[in-house]
Amino acid sequence: MYAATATAILVTMALALTRALLGPTIYDRVLAVNMFGTKTVLLLSVIAFLNGRPDFLDLALAYALINFIGVLAVLKFVQDYTMRHSGEERGQ
Amino acid sequence: MTAGLALDIGSWVLMLAGSFFVFVGGVGALRMPDFYTRMHAASLTDTLGTILILSGVILQAGLTLAAIKLAAIMVFLLLTCPTAAYALANAARLSGLSPRPEQTPGKD
Amino acid sequence: MSWRVITLGLVLAATWLLWSGIYKPLLLVLGLTSCVLVILLARRTGFFDQDVYSLRLGPSLPGYWLWLLKEIVKSNLQVAGVVLKPTLNIQPEVVNVDASDLPLVSRATLANAITLTPGTLTMDVDSGVLEVHCLTSATAADLQKGEMLARARSLERT
Repeated sequence: MYAATATAILVTMALALTRALLGPTIYDRVLAVNMFGTKTVLLLSVIAFLNGRPDFLDLALAYALINFIGVLAVLKFVQDYTMRHSGEERGQ
Repeated sequence: MTAGLALDIGSWVLMLAGSFFVFVGGVGALRMPDFYTRMHAASLTDTLGTILILSGVILQAGLTLAAIKLAAIMVFLLLTCPTAAYALANAARLSGLSPRPEQTPGKD
Repeated sequence: MSWRVITLGLVLAATWLLWSGIYKPLLLVLGLTSCVLVILLARRTGFFDQDVYSLRLGPSLPGYWLWLLKEIVKSNLQVAGVVLKPTLNIQPEVVNVDASDLPLVSRATLANAITLTPGTLTMDVDSGVLEVHCLTSATAADLQKGEMLARARSLERT
């Protein structure tokens, strides 16, 4: 049952990656990466029980923290960048 | 014995339902026509997908430290997801990405 | 100022002890060091100088969470149905929700609750007016009924 859940999460991660590659705007990509990150946290939690290694849960929490801060940092960067290059084509 | 079986079945149902919502959210993120509608699909996986899968795993963990950690992960995800979603939507909004689909024709 | 430093320190120490689960001298010293480091960093960012807006853990909060969970399940089913339909039946629109009479904490609670339920998404807060993106006209109509606003308001009163 863990394997089925893990498979569903992996498929969704693949879908999120597809969206990240397709774009079309930078925000779609950030959204997809954020989704990928939260799915990674879920996958780590499930794998911790699939393989009987509860220490994976610590990794999951650390990943959740890093993912959140990372997404905010990328957004900050994108915002500053688009503000400085506001004359050029946006969000590509 | 039967109580354990009922617990197992309950957690399997939760996890399968969570997988379903996670998968539907992934499909939605690919299917939706523009950025803001994709965010709705993504929040599908972030809210109920997270709640169901982690509750299912918590049921399996029982009353252990692992369950507390899982609950902490769930609370943290549920606190940060709307924050990240708001930051993302606000950044897109401020950059001038139009939320009205009729004004952004022909985008993918 | 000092009681907040102490509270933060205790919370950090409890988290460390709960999380590591290994009580060797080396790890305890490492934990103490990181707690002190975090407090120093928090002080540098001015965390102790600003007012803290915090939600009072009133008796009505669990009820609110249960109601929110119910709403989340309901709207999840709604949006999942929309996604899985072969023909994409969406009517995106922007709805303004006026929350300017609410205190800041309730505004934040309301905005986050709106974002947490799929189908509605807070895009901007402009002097208390939330700009909400709705996926379908059904979710927009639900939001305009104002139950979410009323719940957030009643949360503050207790």
